[in-house]
Amino acid sequence: MASLKELSKKKDLLTSGHRLCSGCGVSIAVRQILLAAENPVVVSSATGCLEVATTIFPYTAWKPSFIHSAFENSAATISGVEAMYKSLQRQGKIPEGKKIDFIAFGGDGGTYDIGLQSLSGALERGHRFLYVCYNNEAYMNTGIQRSSATPYGANTTTRPVGKKSFGKSVDRKDLTQIAIAHKIPYAAQASPSHWNDLVTKVRKALNCGGASFMNVIANCNRGWRNDTGKAVEMCRLAVQTCYWPLYEVENGKLKINLKPKEKKPITEFIKDQGRFAHLKRPENQHVVEELQHMVDHDWEHLLALEKLEA
Amino acid sequence: MAKLVSMTGNQAVAECMRQINPDVVAAYPITPSTEIMQIFSEFVADGAVDTELVTVESEHSAMSACIGAAAAGGRVMTATSACGLALMWEMLPIASVMRLPIVMTVVNRALSAPINIHCDHSDSMGCRDSGWIQIYSENAQEVYHNVIQAIKISQREGVWLPIMVCVDGFIISHSIESIELLEDEKVKDFIGEFKPRLPLLDLDHPVTYGPLDLQDYYMEHKKQFDDALRNSKETVIEVAKEFKKEFGYDYGLIDKYKLDDAEVAIVVLNSAAGTGKHVVNKLREKGVKAGLLRIRLYRPFPYEEIRDALKNVKAVAVMDRAVSYGAQGPLFPEITAALYDSPSRPKLKNIIYGLGGRDISIEEIEDIFCSLDDVVRTGKVGNVYQWIGVREDNKR
Ligand SMILES: Cc1ncc(C[n+]2csc(CCOP(=O)(O)OP(=O)(O)O)c2C)c(N)n1
Ligand code: SF4
Repeated sequence: MASLKELSKKKDLLTSGHRLCSGCGVSIAVRQILLAAENPVVVSSATGCLEVATTIFPYTAWKPSFIHSAFENSAATISGVEAMYKSLQRQGKIPEGKKIDFIAFGGDGGTYDIGLQSLSGALERGHRFLYVCYNNEAYMNTGIQRSSATPYGANTTTRPVGKKSFGKSVDRKDLTQIAIAHKIPYAAQASPSHWNDLVTKVRKALNCGGASFMNVIANCNRGWRNDTGKAVEMCRLAVQTCYWPLYEVENGKLKINLKPKEKKPITEFIKDQGRFAHLKRPENQHVVEELQHMVDHDWEHLLALEKLEA
Repeated sequence: MAKLVSMTGNQAVAECMRQINPDVVAAYPITPSTEIMQIFSEFVADGAVDTELVTVESEHSAMSACIGAAAAGGRVMTATSACGLALMWEMLPIASVMRLPIVMTVVNRALSAPINIHCDHSDSMGCRDSGWIQIYSENAQEVYHNVIQAIKISQREGVWLPIMVCVDGFIISHSIESIELLEDEKVKDFIGEFKPRLPLLDLDHPVTYGPLDLQDYYMEHKKQFDDALRNSKETVIEVAKEFKKEFGYDYGLIDKYKLDDAEVAIVVLNSAAGTGKHVVNKLREKGVKAGLLRIRLYRPFPYEEIRDALKNVKAVAVMDRAVSYGAQGPLFPEITAALYDSPSRPKLKNIIYGLGGRDISIEEIEDIFCSLDDVVRTGKVGNVYQWIGVREDNKR
C-alpha cells in the first residue's frame, strides 16, 4: 500500500499547463496512475481529450516518453513498443535488470467502441502492459456523443432528449467483464475518489507479469454537466451508489474492494448532473427506476460472482 | 559464396527477412503475401532470427504495432496485400510522417469488390499519397534485392522513411524462379547495424510522438516531410550504387530497355516488364525500333529521369494495372506531367490491362506497339484511354 507521504514526494509525470478543462477528472486519474508506477514508464494514448489537450505542439505535458498514433489503436501501438523492448532485451541491447512499465490510455469511446478489437488482440497476446480506460462515459473530445459506456437515460448530442426520447435508451456495455473474459492476470475497476485503492491496483497491474486492464471512472464536468471542481465528489457518488463498484480480478479470483455499508440510491449520483436533468420530470420517473434496477442487478450479479469464486 | 536456388517470390522475401533479422515483425495473413510470414514464422520458431513476432488481430493493428515498435527503436518489417493494405491505410501516413523506417513487402493484389485474390496494383496505388517510398520489382530476384536495399535506404540519415517494396501477386509471389541468394554475412554487412533515432525506449531522453499540430506548425512540418521524401531519391540512387559495388547488380530509379534509339515504347511497372522486354526483342528482330521503360521508384516520382529517358521516343503507351476510376490509370497523368515540358513531347496513350490477374499476352503487347506505330505514321492518337483484354460481348 502506498502512503500519501511517499506519493507526495514523487514528481508528477503529467505536468501542469496541459489544456484539459479545469476540474477535469481525467487528469486527476492519470496523475494518480502515473504516480503509482515504480519503474520508468512509456505511455501510449488514443486520440481523445487526454491526448489532444496534453500534446499541443510545440509543448508536451508528458515527462515520460509518449506516443499517440490514432484513435482506435492505443493497445496495438503499445504492443509494438513492448515487443521491441522484449526483442532488444533478449538480444542484450537493453540490460536485463532495466524494467520499463508500459501504459496505454484510451477514453471510453477509444476503448469500448472503436478500439475494442485492438484491445482484445493485445490482451490475448499477453504483452506486459497496463491498459487504462479513462471512462468519462461519452465521446467528450468531439462534443459529448454517446458511446457504449454512456449510461441509460443520459442526454448526449447523438441521443439527445426530445419529444420522443429520454436520452440513451439502452444499457451501457460491461467492458470490465469483457476484459476479464480474456483471462488476463489482472483486471480492475477503480476511481480517483479512492486514490489508495487505485494506486494499489496500478501497482498490482504493472507487476502482474502480463497484460492487465483497468477501467477508471473519470468525471467530465462538460459532458456530465456538473459544477467544475466536483470531479472527485461525482466519482465518489458513483462508487457509493454501486453504480461504479470497485473490484478486481487477480489470477481469476474476483474481489469486491468496497461494499458500501449503506448503498446510496442512484438519484444521489444523478441529481447534480445536467445530463440527467430531464429525469426529474414526472414522465421520466420510469427511466430513473429502470436505471436503479440496472445498477441493482449488476451489483447483485457482482456479489454472486464473488461468492462463486470464493 | 552466393548460391543459385529455385524459389518463389514469397520464399525469396522470407529468406531475405531471415538474413536481415529484424527486431520486430508484425504478421497478419492475406493471400498472396501470407506465405512470406508463414515461412518467416518457421525461422522464428527455430531461433534462426532474434525477431519478436507479433501475431496481431488485423492489419490495422499490424501497422500500429510496427509504428510502436519502430518508434521504440529498432528494425521493423511486415508484409501484406490488397484489403490488408487498405485496412492499414489510416496508419500509413502516420508511419511516414513520424519518419519511422518500416519496410513492408506489398504483394500486389486487386481490391474488393468483387473479391479477387490475383494481381493488380489497385492496392499500392491506392496509398501512393501516404508518404511512403514505393519501389516496384520486376521479378523474384529483384524483390529480394529491393528489400535488402530498402532496409538501408529507410534508415539513412536524412531519410528515415518507411518503404513499400511492391511485387506482383501470384505471377511472382507463387512462381518458382532461379535466383541467386547472397551470403548471410554479406547481407548483414551491407545493411549494417541499426542505430535508433529518437527512440521511445531511451529513458534518459524522453520524446513525444504524435502530438496535436494545429494551424501554426502543420504546414511547416508537412513541407519538411515532403522535402525529405523528395530528397530520398538521391539515397535510392546511392544505395543502388553501393549495392552494385558490393554485389554487382545494377539498379536505377528506372529501367531503360532499348530506349536509346526507340521510336515507340511502353511504360510499365513490375512483372509485365518481363513479357514487354520479350516483345521488344521480337520486334527489334523485325527492325521495329521498340523500347520499354520500367519504373522502379514510383515515390518519390523520378520526373526528370523519365523525361530524359523518353525524350527521343515518338509515341508511348503507358500501361496501368490499376485505374483511378473516372479518370485514367494512376501512372498515366504522371508520365504526361513528366513529358509536358519535353521539347519533343511524345504522343501518349494510356492502356489499362491485367486487372484482377487477367493475363497480358505477348500478342496484346505486340498490338499495342502496332497501334503506336500507327500513331507515329498518322500523327493521330485516337482514343487516348483504352482497356485491353476485356470481352466486349458475351459470346466468348
Ligand atoms: C477513426 C477515427 N474516427 C473518429 C475520430 C474522431 N474522434 C477523435 S476523438 C473522438 C472521441 C474520443 O472519445 P473518447 O475515446 O471517449 O475520449 P474522450 O474524448 O472522452 O477523452 C473521436 C470520435 C478519429 N480521430 N478517428
Ligand atoms: S471535455 Fe471533459 S474530459 Fe475533456 S478535458 Fe474537458 S472536462 Fe476533461
